[in-house]
Amino acid sequence: MLSYILRRIVSTLPVMAIVALFVFSLLYIAPGDPAVVIAGDQASPEDVERIRQSLGLDRPFLIQFGSWVWRILHGDLGTSIFTNLPVSTMIGQRLGPTLSLMMVTLLLTIVVAVPLGVVAAWKAGSLIDRAIMAFAVFGFSLPVFVVGYVLAYIFALELEWLPVQGYTPLTEGFWPWLQNLILPAVALGCVYIALIARITRATMLEVLQQDYIRTARAKGLGQGGILFVHALKNAAVPIVTVIGIGIALLIGGAVVTESVFAIPGLGRLTIDAILRRDYPVIQGIVLLFSFVYVLVNLMIDVTYTIVDPRIRY
Amino acid sequence: MDRRTVLKGLAGAGGLALSGSLSAPAIAQGASARTLRFVPQANLANFDPIWGTQYVVRNAAALVWDTLYGIDSSLQPQRQMVESEEVTDDGTTWTFKLRSGLKFHDGEPVLSKDVVASLARWAARDPMGLMIKALQQELTAVDDRTFKWVLKQPFPKLLYALAKNNSPCAFIMPERIAQTDPFKQIGDYVGSGPMKFAKSEWVPGAKAVFEKFADYAPRQEKASWLAGGKQILVDRVEWIVMPDAATAAAALQNGEVDWWESPIADLVPVLKKNKNISVDIGDPLGNIGSFRMNFLYPPFNDVRARRAVLMAMSQEDYMRAIVGDDNSLWKPLPGYFTPDTPLYSEMGGEILKGKRDLDAAKKLLAESGYSGQPVTCLVAQDQPITKAQGDVTADLLKQLGMNVDFVATDWGTVGSRRAAKTPPGQGGWNMFHTWHAGADCINPAPYTAIRANGDKAWFGWPSSPNTEKEVSSWFEAKNLDEEKAAIGRLNKAALDDVVYAPTGFFLSYTAWRKNISGITKGPLPFFWGVSKSA
Repeated sequence: MLSYILRRIVSTLPVMAIVALFVFSLLYIAPGDPAVVIAGDQASPEDVERIRQSLGLDRPFLIQFGSWVWRILHGDLGTSIFTNLPVSTMIGQRLGPTLSLMMVTLLLTIVVAVPLGVVAAWKAGSLIDRAIMAFAVFGFSLPVFVVGYVLAYIFALELEWLPVQGYTPLTEGFWPWLQNLILPAVALGCVYIALIARITRATMLEVLQQDYIRTARAKGLGQGGILFVHALKNAAVPIVTVIGIGIALLIGGAVVTESVFAIPGLGRLTIDAILRRDYPVIQGIVLLFSFVYVLVNLMIDVTYTIVDPRIRY
Repeated sequence: MDRRTVLKGLAGAGGLALSGSLSAPAIAQGASARTLRFVPQANLANFDPIWGTQYVVRNAAALVWDTLYGIDSSLQPQRQMVESEEVTDDGTTWTFKLRSGLKFHDGEPVLSKDVVASLARWAARDPMGLMIKALQQELTAVDDRTFKWVLKQPFPKLLYALAKNNSPCAFIMPERIAQTDPFKQIGDYVGSGPMKFAKSEWVPGAKAVFEKFADYAPRQEKASWLAGGKQILVDRVEWIVMPDAATAAAALQNGEVDWWESPIADLVPVLKKNKNISVDIGDPLGNIGSFRMNFLYPPFNDVRARRAVLMAMSQEDYMRAIVGDDNSLWKPLPGYFTPDTPLYSEMGGEILKGKRDLDAAKKLLAESGYSGQPVTCLVAQDQPITKAQGDVTADLLKQLGMNVDFVATDWGTVGSRRAAKTPPGQGGWNMFHTWHAGADCINPAPYTAIRANGDKAWFGWPSSPNTEKEVSSWFEAKNLDEEKAAIGRLNKAALDDVVYAPTGFFLSYTAWRKNISGITKGPLPFFWGVSKSA
């Protein structure tokens, strides 16, 4: 197992290299110029050119790429063109809010979606099943920002139970931390809950028709034991896979959610950096996201061995 | 590796993930009567007001750095850090004396050498500064509080240049910071103004914090815009960046923020209904909408084509697209200068007045030789003002029978593509939309967009010798009457040659909670004199 994990980690290196080259090339050919944004609307073309030179943006592609890779290899993600702060510092400032949002959303999703899917499969064809699936379609169809605005209107503006925006670090207390995350997590989790609930239902339906389930019933095992101990465990592999894939969805959704709820996370940093053409920041974030995605896939593969002991690497 | 080991590892990773939040600064803190929470118009992405000239940087910098002179609400320069000035009869030698007791945020006194270094850096980037630099014989520190500026010929607008609120302002920094190359960003934010910048709490894109500077020595006069006594009545000002307007509106209603600089017109009715919120015009100098036509390529290299567009366009259509149905938010603008300011003129503005004559415009367009070639129209979709104007222009051009190549893109792309002088079919363009702060259009000094010196002019590279002649006349004018006469002629010349198309004058609101007092109208948010009750 350990050698498998090491092999997988080593195999991420060429993936990261390709991602790095792709991202750098894409930004190089993309229209837009950070020097123009920095110089402001009244700047002369000469001013813009001087700023381009001072930022090194006038150098040939290969030299720019080479120096970037060299810095990356030395653990330096570079410095933001706009803020003059190290990219690692900027990412560090934003990591906490985004990780918090993703973790609360994931937890909420698993706690809500898996039982819903199991119940829907158990009561397949019934009114309960149809209600859950209708909820799933509804959740899947609603854009994150619409859910966000509606939640903010009801729970923040009308009922005044929760704040509209912002983020409080965990160091300032569990409840202050959580109260800023409840609405964003529900908004972001809607799509995810719908997806996992549907996948859980479909997989459970298949498992519930297996012979060993019939045997368990014949032996007089309780419904809860059958569903959550025998059936769910055997249905877990595709569910875990979808949860893992869904982390990519979460990253995408976090961009919108963080904007709607003014959470200072990586999603907003990404958008700001793209709009300003802050190349070092964009490159740093994309590399980070790629690495996280590769890591999540590895974790999913390792998780298979936990939920299904027949799988060995 | 067994199951338990993996689970422990995952738990550890979760703990590590949470610990990422330990070092992050707080974004939503408990409200305090000594903390003013402000939602700025944009993100404070950098903090060097000479290197980066965006308005949001200027607005923040006005808190942290003071100026020698400050413009007041009557648009006149007033002494600020300066105690007195003398000028020789020939107008070429200026001697300035600094007020006593001025200090930087690190406790060091403000000395003449700091001023000399700051002015040198500013003059390398500011259009008026460059003009002064071209006339400069020497700029020297005479003693700790006295400095001298010797010019080769008089520059009557010198005090205005030092006082103006247009970016970049002549902010005074410590010499060691001001010696930074003006095309490189500073990283040290020791200021001379009434508030200190809390660099450790700065989260670009999310939050910027300013703390009251106890040793600041305000003037005794009443504050008026950038002039007078800048009395800070709160301990802390927090800028909370909110990219989403609906969220900012909700946060203001919920009391999570105190002041929202630029609410969008669509949300103003909701804010006006809230009994805890005041809404008023933010900047009386407003904005001037515009689109520019490229003088280098057909069809707009022919003045008849440009005039045809002007004859056909309805400023009301543009303004309604920007501000909606609120008639108090816009005015027609048959000219180029900010309404209700001393130099405003409508001379030559007949082409923009009265009923629009589409047939006459079509005829003039045909006379210009236009024969259906595509007109590349750049429209930034991520800026509501440019998007609204672009949609109106596309319709206008189609009504004129033009073949519109509508390029829907983002502001970053427009910003770089508009600099391309290549033909429209090869990465260039025929038209793009923008707007200008009214504060930049009160006279020709900060007004880059009105210049018409061909290759050296702003994007579109308009060439109009008559316009340029009158710009020079204004700079040479010795009194207000001469200035007004020059501006009248300038307005006419620029409209005759259609330096650019003004789409109208529009205002915007600002909104604050009623426990905040002292907010004044102006071209930037002024925090001096603003207080907050519990």
